[in-house]
Order: sequence, then C-alpha cells, then structure tokens
Amino acid sequence: MANNSKVQALLGWIDDRFPLTKLWKEQASEYYAPKNLNFWYYFGSLAAVVLVNQIVTGIFLTMNYKPDATLAFASVEYIMRDVPWGWLIRYMHSTGASAFFIVVYLHMVRGLLYGSHKKPRELIWIFGVLIFLCLMAEAFFGYLLPWGQMSYWGAQVIVNLFGAIPLIGQDLAVWIRGDYVIADATLNRFFAFHVIAVPLVLLGLVVAHLIALHEVGSNNPDGIEIKKKKGPDGHPLDGIPFHPYYTVKDLYGVVIFLIVCSIILFFMPDFGGYFLEANNFIPADSLKTPPHIAPVWYFTPFYSILRATTENFVWVLRGGVVIAAVIALVRSRSNKMRGAAIAGAVVLLGALWLFEAKVWGVVLMGASVLIFFALPWLDRSPVKSVRYRGPYFKAALAVYFVSFVILGYLGVQVPTAGRTLLAQICTTLYFLFFLLMPWYTTIDKYKPEPERVTG
Amino acid sequence: MMKQTIAALLAAPLLIAAAPQRAVAAEEMALENAPIDVRDRASLQAGARTFVNYCLNCHSASLMRYSQLTAIGLTEDQIRDSLMFTARKVGEPMAVAMNRAEAKEWFGAAPPDLSVIARSRGADWLYTYLRGFYRDPTTATGWNNAVFPNVGMPHVLWQLQGVRIRKETPLVRDGKPVEENGMPVMQVSYETVTPGTQSPEQYDRTVRDLVNFLVWMGEPQQLKRKEVGIFVLFVLGVLALLTYMLKQEFWKDVH
Repeated sequence: MANNSKVQALLGWIDDRFPLTKLWKEQASEYYAPKNLNFWYYFGSLAAVVLVNQIVTGIFLTMNYKPDATLAFASVEYIMRDVPWGWLIRYMHSTGASAFFIVVYLHMVRGLLYGSHKKPRELIWIFGVLIFLCLMAEAFFGYLLPWGQMSYWGAQVIVNLFGAIPLIGQDLAVWIRGDYVIADATLNRFFAFHVIAVPLVLLGLVVAHLIALHEVGSNNPDGIEIKKKKGPDGHPLDGIPFHPYYTVKDLYGVVIFLIVCSIILFFMPDFGGYFLEANNFIPADSLKTPPHIAPVWYFTPFYSILRATTENFVWVLRGGVVIAAVIALVRSRSNKMRGAAIAGAVVLLGALWLFEAKVWGVVLMGASVLIFFALPWLDRSPVKSVRYRGPYFKAALAVYFVSFVILGYLGVQVPTAGRTLLAQICTTLYFLFFLLMPWYTTIDKYKPEPERVTG
Repeated sequence: MMKQTIAALLAAPLLIAAAPQRAVAAEEMALENAPIDVRDRASLQAGARTFVNYCLNCHSASLMRYSQLTAIGLTEDQIRDSLMFTARKVGEPMAVAMNRAEAKEWFGAAPPDLSVIARSRGADWLYTYLRGFYRDPTTATGWNNAVFPNVGMPHVLWQLQGVRIRKETPLVRDGKPVEENGMPVMQVSYETVTPGTQSPEQYDRTVRDLVNFLVWMGEPQQLKRKEVGIFVLFVLGVLALLTYMLKQEFWKDVH
C-alpha cells in the first residue's frame, strides 16, 4: 500500500493546481442521477461513444483520404483495399454515421416522451437541437467526400436549394460551391468543414449540453424533480451516484450497442443500400444525372417535406396563414395586437403569392428542424412525463411519430401522385403537432404526478 | 402505451427495409438470382480467367492490383504467366491501354471501370445482363440487351453463348389472346439461332464464375471481414455477459 500514498500525494499535488478530484466528484461520483432511468436513457451515453468513434476513425481516414476531385474516389477504395485494416476503419466510420442518427433520434424521442425539454431543462434541449443541426451539417459535408454519384448529386440538390432564395439565391449557391457546379473547390471546402470546423463546434456544444445537464440534474421517466426530496445527507432520496451505478449500467449498454453495430458492420455494411448507397460506388460524373436521387435515410423525412411542398400545397399554407390570423384576431385583447396580426398575415400572404413553391419547400424543410427550438414554450403541460399526460398529447405524439416515419419512408421512394399527397398530409400533421401544442396541452386531462419516482 | 411505442419504433426500420431500391430502375426487368459463392476459389479463379480474357481489354479494374489475386489462391507466378498480358509487375493495377476519349467515340460511352461494379449494379443484375444479349440489326454494334436496352457494349461472349434473337408473340391464356386497351399483350422470348461453343448450362456457369469474381473484386476483404466479425461478436458476447453481471452486482442494493 506504499504505492497508494504515493498516488494520494500525486493527486494532492494535482488538486492544488487543477480541480481534478472536485471535477470527478461533481460530474461523476457525487453527481446524483435518478435511480429509475430506463432503457431510453442509454442513448445519451451511446451518442458520446459514437462521437468518439467518428472522431478517432475519422482521424485515421484522413491520413489516407485525398480531398481532390480526381483522387478522392480511388483513395477511398485504396483505404478499403491497400491500407491495413483500412476497410474496418472505413466501415466503422460509415456505420457510425448512420448509428449516430439512430441513437440521436432515439435520444430525442426520449426527450419528447418524458418532457426533458420542459423547465428547467430548456437550455439542455436547445443545446441538443444545436447539436442535431451540427450533426446534419457534418453528415451532409461528409457525404460528399467519397465522391460517388450520390455524393455528388445529393450535394448538388441540397446546394441548389439555396438557389431558391429570392434575389441572392443563385449567387449564394455559387459562393457555397466555389464553382458553377459541385467541383474540386467544393470538395476541398466540404472536407475542411467536415474534419475541423463542424466537429469543433459540435464538441463545444456537447460540453455545453453536459454542463447544463449536470447543473439541473437528469430528468427521469416520471418527470419529477428528485432534488425536491432530499435525505438527511443532503442527497436526493431517489438519486444514486452516477459513478459507479450508471457507469456500469451504461457500460453494459455500450456492449449491447456494439454487438448490434458489429452485426451490421461485419455482415451487412451496406445495410441493403441504406447505409452505403449502391449508386455511390459509381464515381461522380457531372454529366450524368442518376435517374433517382435519394438522400441517405436519416435526411429523408426532411427531404420529403421539401418535395411535398408543391404549387397546390402552397394553398394549404395560405389557408394556414388565414386561420392563424383569424385566431389571433379573435383572441387578442388590444387593437394593436389585432393590427399586427393583420399586417403579419398580409405580408405572409403577399410573400406566398410572390415566391414560387420551391422557396417554400426550403422554408418548410428548415422550419421542420428549427421548430424544435420552440418546443419548451409550445408545451403548456403542467406535467413532464407521458405517464401522467392525457389522451390528447399521447394521440398527438403517436400521430407525430407515425408521420415522421412515413415521411422518412417516402423520402427514399420515387414520388408518385399518391405518395406526394401522403407526404403532404404527413407534412401537415408534422407541423400541427407543434403548432397546436399550446392548445391541446392546455385542455388535456392530466394525472397527478407521484411524490417519489416509481420503478 | 410504452411497449406499443417501442414496438412501433422498432418496426419502423423494417418497414423501410421492406422496399429497398437499386437506383438503376430505368432499365429494370425481372432479374435472375445469381447463384454465387465468394468462398468458392475454383469459381473465382475461373471468373478471373474469363475477366482478363474477355473484359480487361476494354474495361479497367484500376482499383485492383494483380497481386491481390493471391487472395483467391493463385501464386504470383501463376498470375504473371497466365493472367497478365499488359502489366509488367504484379503490384500494378488492372489498367487498360484503351484511350477513354477514343473509347467514347467507338462505343458511345467509355467502358466503365469494373473494380466496384458489383457494388453499384449488384450480382443479380450482372448475371442477368451478361446472359441477356441478343442480335439486333438496328443497333450500331448489332447487339442489344434485355436488361440494358441499346447498351453500347457488344456481346463479347457471343462465341461462348452463341447468337440469340428476340421474338415477340401474342400472349395466349385459356386459348384466347390476352388484350389490354384493345392491343394484344406481347410475350417476349429468346431463340438461339447459332449455338455457341458452350452449352446453355456451361455458359451459365461461365457467367456465374465471372459475376462471382466481380463480386469478390468489389470488396476483396469481404471474407476476412466476416471472419473478424465472428471473432468480434464472440468477444463482445463474453463482454456483454461480464458487464451484465457487473451491473447486477452493483445495482443489487438499489431498490
């Protein structure tokens, strides 16, 4: 045990200069987490694991990848064939990309189910949405790098969206690409964004997300604050130290997650064309547009919303503006507010008349993600967890999840008249979930929350 | 409610997986199942021979080195003696001498590199395509293809398969010609007019071996990948058990 005192001395030396023990206690061994965290609470730590995986495998890929339009495609195959274990690193990265979205989507579902966005965790939620936005940017930039046909035309479609912006759109698209089409200049800048710019922001946001979380404390499936009931030792009665309880539990979760990922990675790395698209094994060709351009699966719900916004659908938007204006007129108390409502509606209707449907598709696609920011204030429910919420919220949430999945499915399909109609219905439901939330969470019936956490 | 939500979420990827799409749908027809097996070394070696003899004159496989053929059981001497016609060193990639610009002039499109063709087209497509050529005097090469209409590639394997022609006959069901919108529905069949040096069964085998080789070449590490995968899953399985027991041990005093 002589060794032990030496370790203590070293720790003391460090603690005098850097709050190592203090940090460890605050963030792990004396961070009290609710004892009833269930299956849904694995996905936060899993997201961290995938983030580390993406960074580490990404570093090794960068050592052999060539961000050059004439070399990029072959350099990826060089990694697959000639670099020792390169195939493993590359598949870990490509499978990790899809796994990241699966884990993050499930993490967000958890938030919706148990009200993790509600007071006092609004900032955790906002940091989370920012992380999600960064993740989308990261995936988009990264997808160009293999320089296959889907990389190329996917980027072309998305950058062209900016071209829809009135007046400055075309110039903006050229500025983003650095050329009139997706080209070497685009590949170089996307590489820079993918390997350094976005990951830096992402890491910063993850730290902020965790700091905010550890400040307020974790929510739980009952949606009650464990800090309200403390024992004589000052610790929450329903809390247990994160370390060792949740470190060992999450460790088990990580192993199970790795088993699922390994089955995909080693036995079906393409995942039937969803994780690695067949067309992306054809080198990028600026003269040959593929017959069917589909984004990777994790973007398809939003892509569906974009495609659903046709000339006809703009009438739905116009109707929505009129209805919103009427509601505002009836409900507002002062003439000033009424005036503002009328003015706003007139401006919006004017814009809807002036700009083509493509513009509104881009607006709706952007809004479908940005609307998450408003969630903490749209949700008027007095309880957090779905366990104590009423039938209206449960129904709305179920409809929302189903719409999201259907939109995702439609996004990989070739559009037909029937599918477009279905996508339009689901797009409407998607937005109504948010826009009607202040109403249905106000009139809903709630069950009383328990004093202490239940199993 | 909770269980149903989880069930619905778990079912979602299955729904999506139910309708996979290869994006080559424009020239879609019923594809035949390619009976390949990338562990069959004899088949891979036969496929490699067909590949260098018939394909590698116009199509390159520039991401593939000759030396990688040692992985299918060939020695470097065997590769050098019987498979290398243009390259000098076994470490060289499988390139072709044909100039791409000229190739485009001759065929209408430069023959694509075949290194990863099996990953973009799929084995079934290649298998059906290579068996789907027929004589068509209206095209520039005199050949056409059932899965890839008006393809620029001539039927390179015609001496093996022989010459086939395409026939359209009215579809007859229950003794009556089938009609749709007043037009007779046609049934397509192929007839061999000049037999090749191989019987239809032998030709199917040749194509099968070739496609097998193309699939292997699309990812030469695929056998190793699966071997490593089994080992990794075994280790993770043990770890899962250990971490589960660890978790249970720590959590037994939490009520």
